[in-house]
Amino acid sequence: MQLEAYYMNRINKLFNEKSSGILSVYYTAGFPNIDDTLSITQHLQSAGADMVEIGIPFSDPVADGPTIQESNQKALDNGMTLKLLFEQLKGLRESVDIPVILMGYINPVIQFGLKDFCKACQEVGVDGLILPDLPVLEYQEHYQSTFQQYGLKNVFLISPQTSEDRIKHIDSISDSFIYMVSSAGTTGAKDKFSKENMTYFQRIKDMELNNPTLTGFGISNHTTFEQATQTSSGAIVGSAFIKTITNSTDLKKDVHEFVKRLTGLRGTN
Amino acid sequence: MKYDVDSNGYYGQFGGAFIPEMLYPNIEELREQYLKIIEKESFKAEFDDLLKQYVGRPTPLYFAKRLSEKYKAKIYLKREDLCHTGAHKVNNTIGQILLAKALNKQKIIAETGAGQHGVATATVCALMGMECIVYMGEVDMARQRPNVERMRLLGAEVVPAKSGSRTLKDATNEAMRHWISNPTDTHYIIGSVVGPHPYPDMVARFQSVISAEIRTQLSSLEGRALPDKIIACVGGGSNAAGAFYHYLNDERVELIAVEAAGKGNESGKSAATTVLGKPGVLHGSKTLLMQTEDGQVVEPYSISAGLDYPGIGPIHAHLFDVGRVKFESATDQEAMEAGVELSRLEGIIPAIESAHALAALSKLELKADEIIVINLSGRGDKDLETYIKWGKY
Ligand SMILES: Cc1ncc(COP(=O)(O)O)c(C=O)c1O
Repeated sequence: MQLEAYYMNRINKLFNEKSSGILSVYYTAGFPNIDDTLSITQHLQSAGADMVEIGIPFSDPVADGPTIQESNQKALDNGMTLKLLFEQLKGLRESVDIPVILMGYINPVIQFGLKDFCKACQEVGVDGLILPDLPVLEYQEHYQSTFQQYGLKNVFLISPQTSEDRIKHIDSISDSFIYMVSSAGTTGAKDKFSKENMTYFQRIKDMELNNPTLTGFGISNHTTFEQATQTSSGAIVGSAFIKTITNSTDLKKDVHEFVKRLTGLRGTN
Repeated sequence: MKYDVDSNGYYGQFGGAFIPEMLYPNIEELREQYLKIIEKESFKAEFDDLLKQYVGRPTPLYFAKRLSEKYKAKIYLKREDLCHTGAHKVNNTIGQILLAKALNKQKIIAETGAGQHGVATATVCALMGMECIVYMGEVDMARQRPNVERMRLLGAEVVPAKSGSRTLKDATNEAMRHWISNPTDTHYIIGSVVGPHPYPDMVARFQSVISAEIRTQLSSLEGRALPDKIIACVGGGSNAAGAFYHYLNDERVELIAVEAAGKGNESGKSAATTVLGKPGVLHGSKTLLMQTEDGQVVEPYSISAGLDYPGIGPIHAHLFDVGRVKFESATDQEAMEAGVELSRLEGIIPAIESAHALAALSKLELKADEIIVINLSGRGDKDLETYIKWGKY
């Protein structure tokens, strides 16, 4: 391995190596049971997921639909906290080498302390952050330098309503990938993307951005996964995965079957 | 002016617009347009005319003689309880529905706790023939049945918020989610000086008619525009912002905000944000917020549904921070007693929210001949059930 690649952030490395069919899976820390966080990450890796997004549960997740809201509430009821999450992730890099992103709302991060949070992320081996209610301007003025200091990539969202100028601006301040929200709405599973959705996906593809994109919100099955991956580097799945593990009695088996069903092939053992 | 919002939407360290990117175009449109629209002469004329002919403004500044005798000061009540729909909330909904029309929006959404803002929104939607959806916590819908039916009678759809604690903060979450899903044709009428910039400033401006009138009325009644003290209750803080607005730079006017202390600030059942809160981000702005060490929002408690909110508007967090406004709090019991007292002394049954402001009278050191204005934000009709349950009258 070249030295440069060795020091490269795991997210950048993934996108360097793979330009289509990437599967990133979101799930909530401490859900369905408080101690499931790390084992789900491990199962996802062995099932062939390319990246994971671990949700920091929050009492008021405004960008999320009912499935993820409920998983957040359950995790909090289970006693999940950000402090505990970092404890759980202490041994992360002994068994997991795919990129790991933390996704959550800004308030728990503020209460933890920005610097302490970033430091803890770096220590356990987190590669990036998705904070939907941290706006671009606020990020640039108060967060960017600290994130960079600790090697954390901040991932921005764009939606069908985002103007072309703003997409270009977001592209210019991103250096990992752009999270393309599939349609106007909160997180939640869909059966199929409409023509309108596909036109928007194509429009973004035609912009030839510097950063790769992943499509998220609404990916739930092989059809939507394939549709998403035609026009972007891959897909992010959340609600459909949460539904799968909600009442699971065999997490390993269910995680493997889920990845297989979605991608149509993957799964090693 | 010294206490104005800055161009990024901040009041000192509080405010901003912490919204998901999906809402950026909506908030940006509002930010770019709101001052242009509301400062137009034609807008002002229509707003003023509706406030006069429809809402019944100016509301009286009533000298409360018997209350004054009891507290040995000159006490005036700003009678927002006499507004159409029974509270100050309608000043804001009239302003915002006109703004929504100017922005060519066809549909309106709102959140409501006690139902007062929901009723005020349903009212202006009926007036303008616009579709209206109001989100209300499932728990609040059960507590505030008559207001649910008032909204329905006015033609609004009332949608129960079933997530989280199923109260006002969750209704606000649901309204925001609805807006994310319907970004182009819908305007969200927020009910207090909360939310992302420019909402706090916009709502404060619409409510500022309260202090504009107090100045004129007091001048003609007392020969001076400045009272010694102004007292208002604070949930999110819109009636207080309106009552303080044109006095903020008159530093010799003492401004007093009263929060709900529920069963007491040490009881774990309170809504007194400046006592129990820390800086945090909820519903699009950085403000004082009741929360756990882990940053989870804590469910507040107050007998008054309209004060039962875990934050306060960023303008108030700032005014508290710099000491321009003094914050007091009143317990359920103190507020109920003050409500009964006003009923007996003046023949005015106040909303329980407003009764919190009245309760401050017995906590303050008053000088004889001091002029005090209390913003009576609403009437008590909606609270009859609570008064009856309270029973001590
Ligand atoms: C009569 C009355 N006063 C006060 C409030 C509290 O809101 P704000 O603090 O925004 O004035 C409410 C809210 O429902 C209300 O109905």
